Amino acid sequence: MSATSYLLKGVRPLGGDPTDVLIDGGIVADLGSGLSGDRELDGDGLVLLPGLVDLHTHLREPGREDAETIASGSAAAALGGFTAVHAMANTDPVADNADIVERVADAGHRVGLVDVRPVGAVSKGLAGEQLAEIGSMARSRAGVRVFSDDGHCVHDARLMRRALEYVKPFDAVVAQHAQDPRLADHGACAHEGELSGRLGLPGWPAVAEESIIARDVMLAAHTGSRLHVCHVSTAGSVEVIRWAKQRGVDVTAEVTPHHLLLTCDLLEHYDPVYKVNPPLRPDEDVTALRAGLADGTIDAVATDHAPHASHDKDHAFAEAAFGMLGLETALGVVAASMVETGLLDWAGVADRMSTRPARIGRICDQGQPLAVGRPANLTLVDPAGTWTVDPSALASLSRNTPFAGNTLPAKVIATFFRGTPTVLHGALAEVAVS
Amino acid sequence: MKNLLSAADLDRDEATAILDTAARMHAIQTREVKKLPPLRGRTIVNLFFEDSTRTRSSFEIAGKWLSADVINVSAKGSSVSKGESLRDTALTVEAMGVDALVVRHHASGAVNRLAGWVDCHVVNAGDGTHEHPTQALLDAYTLRERIGDFVDRHVVIVGDITHSRVARSNVLLLNTLGARVTLVAPPTLMPSGVSSWPCTTSWDLDDTLSGKAHGDVDAVMMLRVQRERMSGGYFPTEREYAIGYGLSPARLDLIGGDVPVLHPGPMNRGLEISSAAADGARSVILNQVKAGVAVRMAVLYRLLAGAEEVTV
Repeated sequence: MSATSYLLKGVRPLGGDPTDVLIDGGIVADLGSGLSGDRELDGDGLVLLPGLVDLHTHLREPGREDAETIASGSAAAALGGFTAVHAMANTDPVADNADIVERVADAGHRVGLVDVRPVGAVSKGLAGEQLAEIGSMARSRAGVRVFSDDGHCVHDARLMRRALEYVKPFDAVVAQHAQDPRLADHGACAHEGELSGRLGLPGWPAVAEESIIARDVMLAAHTGSRLHVCHVSTAGSVEVIRWAKQRGVDVTAEVTPHHLLLTCDLLEHYDPVYKVNPPLRPDEDVTALRAGLADGTIDAVATDHAPHASHDKDHAFAEAAFGMLGLETALGVVAASMVETGLLDWAGVADRMSTRPARIGRICDQGQPLAVGRPANLTLVDPAGTWTVDPSALASLSRNTPFAGNTLPAKVIATFFRGTPTVLHGALAEVAVS
Repeated sequence: MKNLLSAADLDRDEATAILDTAARMHAIQTREVKKLPPLRGRTIVNLFFEDSTRTRSSFEIAGKWLSADVINVSAKGSSVSKGESLRDTALTVEAMGVDALVVRHHASGAVNRLAGWVDCHVVNAGDGTHEHPTQALLDAYTLRERIGDFVDRHVVIVGDITHSRVARSNVLLLNTLGARVTLVAPPTLMPSGVSSWPCTTSWDLDDTLSGKAHGDVDAVMMLRVQRERMSGGYFPTEREYAIGYGLSPARLDLIGGDVPVLHPGPMNRGLEISSAAADGARSVILNQVKAGVAVRMAVLYRLLAGAEEVTV
């Protein structure tokens, strides 16, 4: 346990009334006034949130350590206000067995900046043919609770049904990358619409996502299992999920920050920094996604942080890699798209970026209420502090942020991970680095 | 003008100036000695990421007749699979001391992107299913020889519009020049969002050619239909495509005897075009090929030698 106690003075939990918060022994030791600690932080005007939890992170290790490592990705996460990330399974080798997920979890533990929760593959080698060793991964030291072939859709209906059934004993969830490969194959790279037709880019129609989600919510209803839908990107998907929830289907969903702020108009000049899967969509979809997140139809914001080396983006649009950085800009983008627009208050942000994602991932000591005795996974945000995104200043090893040069609100001032500061004064804390 | 990436880069004056320059270039094609001196000492690289005999030859002849040194670089196969980025390929070739790159690429937008990395002139010789501006210019040149002014003339373009860079560039350029365009294709081969393009569309070739659908027709352009589209489920059989959208002898009777028939080649005889149409009196298909050299000379000349008056 940390030997140093911290007193956050005059912070506003979830944007509420100011109070002092004492962090000691890895937990929130006391709340109120007249408290004292070894180190005091002036929190005047700052908002205190539970540490953010990302359900969807590509850390690239093992396999592409030139693009990101567990260490660099953990640093990026901490700077973005996260205290837990879910490391996606599409590494090389694929995280489809207990050895790999334990290696990833152990490496994350050694780095010690955030909880690194490995996601296990649904199918062996992400090939969509036979189930991966889900039970071994669930029972392993890594305790995997989220299974996903992300990057690939589990498109075979029977395999998806079996996966949903098979995870039940582990209280785990299948997180689907919804993309019918017959309607949107691996070449599909731009929202199918006026722009894709004009630019001559292979279209990725909304229905390729919506039809898989419709099928999967029916499978979840049939099996009585828990389904999570990754990176929802269309208005139709929001409608299908809303309908399924009304019927009592155990389905949750996430949206990425970039789908909340950016539209497909950005593809006009073929810059692959805007190439992402699912693709950026038109304004109507962005509006529906925001509304869905606001009313809770969409449970969580998840970054789909996807680092890529520049030489994997320096190609023609159709041949460049899919994906964008997300960890360090997520909170700012959510503040810009949801808070400044009045769609969510800070309590709502805490719910969608910490409480619910922690619950979906079954991480028991994350996403907890800001109360005495709870684990001190905390994020301190300056809601009025704006900052300009400088790709060269990011902790990620990659530079593929679509927000370069954008000025974003909500600067992360400090992040505490089990009572230890990982970020102080907006920079990685020395104690964390050493 | 530094680059020619899209037919939309050309306003009416610029497009007309290129066609006028091309007319002067055209005149030398009948001479015994065809070489002109203006690009002597200049180096043009045909950087082709996709096979193309006719476009590459056409640019090569055009550059040589203007006395440029023309080098063909075949970069076939995806640069991704070779492990080299498009940016590295472009900068490597440019570093050899190149004045202009003529680029053909199998991916849409690749030439736009490449032009952002290099300082030399760039000409789009066809990028994926996006654009092929010099093809549109040579089509316009050929049409102008036959129908004169473009204003309110009605050009019908038939075939696989979705995958056609020729169609996209032609819609833009013909519109700039004042013509009306109607695109004809089965719904599966009509691009998404085509309703916002500056043209009309139809699924019915007979009604269009007869003038019933969108008024009298002044020119017909047939597009190549790739046979592999069948396996993509875009249409059931060649036979059914030919019945619905091929320019058959019977359909020739629907248009006037002086209406030119164009095709960018290579043709699938019996599929999108009958031999009667391809070889008949209305066909200007070989005129297009001939115009291709003149138009590409004009483009290279105007990019590399500036816009001053050409002396022939």
